[in-house]
Amino acid sequence: MSSDGENEDLMFEDEYDDAFDQDEDMEDVDSTSEPDVYDALSPAIEEAPQKKPYDISWKVRTLQEIIDMQNKEIKKIQSLLEVPASTAAILLRHYVWNSEKLQEQFWNDPTAALQGAGLSPPSSPSTRTQTLPSSPEKRPNRLPRTTVASPSIRTRSRLPTEPFECPICCTDFDKTLVEGSTFAMGCGHRFCRDCWGEYLSGKVKGEGESAKIQCMESGCQRVVREEVIDEIVSSDISKRYHNLLNAAFVADSSNLRWCPHPNCEYIIECNQAPARMLNQLVPTVECKCGHELCFGCGYGASHRPVLCRIVKMWEKKCADDSETANWLQANTKECTKCQSTIEKNGGCNHMTCKKCKWEFCWVCMGPWSEHGTNWYQCNRFDERSGIDARDTQAKSRASLERYLHYFNRWANHEHSAKLDAEFYRKTEKKMEQMQNSGNLSWIEVQFAKAAVDAVIKARITLKWSYCMAFYLKRNNMTELFEDNQRDLERAVESLGYLLEQNIVDTDSIAKLRQDITNQAAYVQKRHDILMDDTLKGYLERRWEFSVDI
Amino acid sequence: MSTAAKRRLIRDFKRLASDPPVGISGSPNPDNIMIWNAVIFGPPDTPFEDGSFRLTLTFSDSYPNKPPTVRFVSKMFHPNIYANGELCLDILQNRWSPTYDVAAILTSVQSLLNDPNPASPANVDAAQLFKENSKEYERRVKQTVELSWLDNPEEIEAAEPESSSNIQAVAA
Repeated sequence: MSSDGENEDLMFEDEYDDAFDQDEDMEDVDSTSEPDVYDALSPAIEEAPQKKPYDISWKVRTLQEIIDMQNKEIKKIQSLLEVPASTAAILLRHYVWNSEKLQEQFWNDPTAALQGAGLSPPSSPSTRTQTLPSSPEKRPNRLPRTTVASPSIRTRSRLPTEPFECPICCTDFDKTLVEGSTFAMGCGHRFCRDCWGEYLSGKVKGEGESAKIQCMESGCQRVVREEVIDEIVSSDISKRYHNLLNAAFVADSSNLRWCPHPNCEYIIECNQAPARMLNQLVPTVECKCGHELCFGCGYGASHRPVLCRIVKMWEKKCADDSETANWLQANTKECTKCQSTIEKNGGCNHMTCKKCKWEFCWVCMGPWSEHGTNWYQCNRFDERSGIDARDTQAKSRASLERYLHYFNRWANHEHSAKLDAEFYRKTEKKMEQMQNSGNLSWIEVQFAKAAVDAVIKARITLKWSYCMAFYLKRNNMTELFEDNQRDLERAVESLGYLLEQNIVDTDSIAKLRQDITNQAAYVQKRHDILMDDTLKGYLERRWEFSVDI
Repeated sequence: MSTAAKRRLIRDFKRLASDPPVGISGSPNPDNIMIWNAVIFGPPDTPFEDGSFRLTLTFSDSYPNKPPTVRFVSKMFHPNIYANGELCLDILQNRWSPTYDVAAILTSVQSLLNDPNPASPANVDAAQLFKENSKEYERRVKQTVELSWLDNPEEIEAAEPESSSNIQAVAA
């Protein structure tokens, strides 16, 4: 654990404040926090170009800063409640780092607050573990204090002045060894240190527990303190234990989120995107590792302009449905009565639904009863009942087709995005060619890369716009949305076409360069229009969805 | 570690032998202390009354840090006992504490008999009957009680020498 920094920041205190009141705080933090080498590498993170109503501020934190945040809170509680640091830490973790609630409950009923968190009341030897390894000068202190502890606890506690048998491994310790080789917390349940080590390592390594590791005694809810664990377990387990504690802190804090990208150890701090705002904000942030992520749901890329909840629904639907739906559409019909999906895998046209026992004709979909004795053929295709049956079926098919329409477009852009690397490589080759044959300088051919950047960015936005469109209700606003979507799609396609053009001669390069630069600017503009309009639409509550948000 | 597990099992056995809880008996396999056979008698005033249900407990070297595998050999009809005799009991999984010993395990299993948790069913039929048709549930339980009298220990010892030697082969 680190010492308390002088550069403590103000942010953490504001954790529970309203999202939009905090712009000032964010700026304060930026100016007071330590200069970071990464800042110089990615200036875009710190200074957003121009602020739009749907933009959010965030800060990329290092693990050390997260540790400092916790220490700061712990220090605060420690001095306010006059408890040892580890007690303050256990209390804070129990109250999910809500220090106001902790203070309220603690002053209301200290005993209950301590007990609830797995600590004994202050009158009992709750600080005993701090004396480990036993320091003789503190012992006289402890004895009178134990007399205040509840008798039920004390009867189980053995004084370490008599021989002792560990109740777990049955090893005997004579009285000179009891103090050094065994250990009991304030609850008095004494076990040998080997058994403690085995148990704590198992909890940390095997079960990934950290903040709430309890006494080994069954039913005892006493929480094991940090310093006890650090002292008893090996250093790698202790390291893992602290990692778990930090992870739990981040998970418990609604304004913190780990960057989801592999090997990235940064944490994003954002106070402007609490869960209740996620029905009108898409808090896309960029980590110092260079990747974008959604602060709201942890999606490892930008899913703007679609709300987190819709993304989740869409992903679930796609995981469940897409392949199956394609197959169903190609190979099955639905029972005209109960809508069960039926695959005809042989036999005659007289179908009996296994589920509802409805009998119908596979050819005309009408009820079989009307077929009379024409068992194996159907010439009743135009009968009223058959037409009705096919109508209902057409409806369910239409909804499937609608989904597939959006899914295919979504998947198409997803697929294109996967070919990003290839696209860049091809363009780079072309840029080289232009430098060689067209006498253009390196800087002069960068327009091509910029154009590819624009295409890729627009493709991601387009991809999500199809997911959005699938869930939008049909109305005028949706029409406008689709107009914007169409314009962007067209712009992207023609830019893509230009980028695929072969370089024929020197003269054509100048023209191509002009065209690509213009078209890329247009794509960028259409992209911004779609994004702006959609994200503002959330704030203005313009969008109506076919699902509950 | 294995010596610690064995030392502990010897103590567990001494305790169980000197101060056996009501309706419970158990002892290690004569050749392998890591495998125990136990009998739980159905608690009085419950549908399980008079049943003598046999189980095996298989301990690993990490006992008592890890719980043993407990399995009913007798056929059971109970919401939390699977068809193969394995049982769903919190203290044998996530709520295990190394301070539990064999007596504590068997006592818990015994009290599970009349205090099932139909919310996490291992036997759906039993859970449903327990909730909705206690008469039929009791009738089915009584059946298993009567079945448990049939597989008395002498018969079993005579009937399954090969299976116990199999276990030893695996353990060795």
